[in-house]
Amino acid sequence: MLNATNIRKTFNPGTINEKVALDGASLHLEEGEFCTVIGGNGAGKSTFLNAVAGVWPVDDGSITIDGIDVTGLPEYKRAKYLGRVFQDPMTGTAANMQIDENMALAFRRGQFRGLGWGVTRSERAQYHEMLKELGLGLEDRLTAKVGLLSGGQRQALTLLMATLQKPKVLLLDEHTAALDPKTAAKVLEITDMLIKEHGLTAMMVTHNMRDAIRYGNRLIMMNEGKVILNISGEEKQKLTIEDLLHKFEEVSGTEFTNDTEILSK
Amino acid sequence: MDIGTLISGMPGTVAQGVIYGIMALGIFITFKLLNFADLSVDGSFATGGAVAAMTIITGHEWYLALVLAFVAGALAGLLTGILNTLLGIPDILAGILTQLALYSINLRITLNQPNTPISVDKYNLAISLRYKTDALITVLVFAAVIIAIMYWFFGTELGSAIRATGTNPAMSKAQGINVNRMKVLGLVISNAIVALAGALIAQFSGNADVNMGRGAIVIGLAAIIIGEVFCNAIFRKRKTFSVSLAFVVVGGILYYIFIAIVLWAKMPANDMKLFTAFIVAVFLAVPHIKAQMNSSYRKAARRGGNGNA
Repeated sequence: MLNATNIRKTFNPGTINEKVALDGASLHLEEGEFCTVIGGNGAGKSTFLNAVAGVWPVDDGSITIDGIDVTGLPEYKRAKYLGRVFQDPMTGTAANMQIDENMALAFRRGQFRGLGWGVTRSERAQYHEMLKELGLGLEDRLTAKVGLLSGGQRQALTLLMATLQKPKVLLLDEHTAALDPKTAAKVLEITDMLIKEHGLTAMMVTHNMRDAIRYGNRLIMMNEGKVILNISGEEKQKLTIEDLLHKFEEVSGTEFTNDTEILSK
Repeated sequence: MDIGTLISGMPGTVAQGVIYGIMALGIFITFKLLNFADLSVDGSFATGGAVAAMTIITGHEWYLALVLAFVAGALAGLLTGILNTLLGIPDILAGILTQLALYSINLRITLNQPNTPISVDKYNLAISLRYKTDALITVLVFAAVIIAIMYWFFGTELGSAIRATGTNPAMSKAQGINVNRMKVLGLVISNAIVALAGALIAQFSGNADVNMGRGAIVIGLAAIIIGEVFCNAIFRKRKTFSVSLAFVVVGGILYYIFIAIVLWAKMPANDMKLFTAFIVAVFLAVPHIKAQMNSSYRKAARRGGNGNA
């Protein structure tokens, strides 16, 4: 479903701030694979997701989604195939607009936007039912401005919006990092539920090794802009945190010391 | 100081306020919905007047004058939009460049005449200062139609995409919205409405002046802000989009009533700009000061001090 081959990206080339963010990163995901992405700070996890999303053009390599080469497509055109949730809960929704308006914007992702009503009555009824499933009480606040919601509510809403039009790939960029542990757990649960319900192909960046192991059926570890570890199937199910740390040392030749957060339970 | 002259002039004052309210509706699109500080307005307002005046003195009807002014304004907005999106010039600078360029273009439109008179005696105009009450009714109809169209348009899929672009461009891109196209479209519509207002004011006052747009943006912002303060005071949380739009025009009317009162009180006309700046500053400050009064450190200290002393 997703084929990212040999992606390279250097920020500020030729300056003192030159940073090789992606150094030949590759990933192949089959339909329905849910891949967690771990790695230390600056390993290139978020950059990899942004490369797939098309936030900027890559320097080298190619990206195909469901057989379509999207390497040359700008972000807004690629959005047709992608559902996205960001680290910052403020990023994924339009604060000044109502919940139903936000959902309606997402419902039209990848479609022509003309002079039909922005939100129709039948849509509203549909959204009401969908929000009910989240169990956050948002279904009774359809016309409330999204800016009034809490971070967790906004992330849950963004998740739902990302799946309103079934995306070919769902990109989750540390989408629980800004939430308190209890809310983070709830949002992760909703994530898992939505991915299973729609059979989605997904990439989820996380700093939490336990979550990376518990969720999904694929796991990659990144370091210095490369994918250094690629685990799937049964091997992933048996994986423990100790295994991961051990494997990291084995592959990279260094100890996993640069990121204490990654060890958190 | 006869109160009678103030009152007898009221229909004209209000009509002028409504026309500037229409202009403010255009500015509302960029300033409030697109979050784009567009300074092209001072230029496109005069463009509207210039195009309308030339259309009328070349023997065409007033409605053609309004249509052509609308189109000319749209082109001005397109220019600012292209400078900003395709050429990467920051919003304020893009607007200033358009405004500057339009000064010369406006003079070319009027064949290098800084002032083009269009007398109601010679031409058939939509509105005129001569017939104040008729003018007032006509411009109120214009304002109502524009508000209705804006209310409809910004509720459509396309209009929603423009609003989303203004609130959160990152989110809009992720939802597949071409944010550059939406910005340009918003600027086009905004400046088209501004130029339409310019065409109305030229007919109302019987001439198009190359300097008529000077300070238009500030008057527009004054209308928006005064309207907003009153709207919030009256409707509080029950404020809807259509009510907000209507209060932009109300803001324009109130602004011109203030102006009429200070002129009536014999304030020198040259002090008008100072007065306008003062009014805008006051109304911008009101919400801030009100919020400060509700949550101030001094009060917090007093509360804490009393309870814990």
